[in-house]
Amino acid sequence: MTKESKIKSLLSYLKSPSSAALWLILAIGFAGGVIFWGGFNTALEVTNTEAFCISCHEMEDNVYEEYKETIHYSNRSGVRATCPDCHVPKKWTHKIVRKIAASKEVWGMLTGLIDTREKFQDHRRELAEREWKRMKENDSLECRNCHNFEYMDFSEQGNRSVKMHSSALASGEKTCIDCHKGIAHELPDMKGVDNW
Amino acid sequence: MKILPIIMITASLAMALSVQAYQEVTSGGLETIRGIAKINETKSAEALKRVIKDKNPIQRNYVHQPPVVPHQTRGYRVNKDSNKCLTCHGWKYARETGATKISLTHFETRDGKTLSDVSPRRYFCSQCHVTQADAPELVDNLFKPVESLGND
Repeated sequence: MTKESKIKSLLSYLKSPSSAALWLILAIGFAGGVIFWGGFNTALEVTNTEAFCISCHEMEDNVYEEYKETIHYSNRSGVRATCPDCHVPKKWTHKIVRKIAASKEVWGMLTGLIDTREKFQDHRRELAEREWKRMKENDSLECRNCHNFEYMDFSEQGNRSVKMHSSALASGEKTCIDCHKGIAHELPDMKGVDNW
Repeated sequence: MKILPIIMITASLAMALSVQAYQEVTSGGLETIRGIAKINETKSAEALKRVIKDKNPIQRNYVHQPPVVPHQTRGYRVNKDSNKCLTCHGWKYARETGATKISLTHFETRDGKTLSDVSPRRYFCSQCHVTQADAPELVDNLFKPVESLGND
């Protein structure tokens, strides 16, 4: 056989794979896809738990301790909102965007940006403002996952709540975070913040 | 004979035992507003009272009484960083929220000078203004508010 015909036969062999191999490749691709996707989603869900959040001492010693005193941690009916309920969107696309943005927080952890209480206090205003801005922009979406305006019974609310909710909130002029700042964590110095 | 040490030991033992026996403490029939409790016993705590959720302003009982707080204040922080009370009761927001405005005396220093904002000595609201619980009086009280305040 000449060299040319050798190459030709190799090419024709490669060009006509057996149908079994084709199915095998598809099966491997499918199984691989399932495993990868399942693994990815599982890993994503693991990072969406309170236990994961407070595995860094920055979270455990500061914001988590503060949150433990508030009504979202301890209350009469025993319903609890944990970290991701307020800080991670439920919708998949938004969740991925937030998770990618959170890689900056991993960088902060690695470089020790807020690794002492003092450093954390120095950055508190900046960190709080970022969350306020996010909630203002998405119309307090994470609050509304549980506190739906449509489901509110004004007759069960206090006078003060009815007054504000039936006017400013109902008209869409204000959103939850405009008034309910610092409900789960301590506040930074509020000088110059609207409504404070 | 070494009788003296033996006598001393027996005597001191007897004294120690007798002291133990007479150590029972009585209140002598004296009752405090917490009820009768022996000094050497710890009385179990009473159930916490529920704070009034949200009511209209409560009338003063005497002139210069700091008005009491007729609503819940759980989680309302008042510190150097923020003052939750003033976000409604401050003059800037009182009209919008319908809350009682803090009185102008809160802007005065102890020398009687008026400042442009709340005086530091009047900043910590809960030092004088306290939330109320729906609880019976601990002791009988015949106090009557002065007529000029217009109470019922």
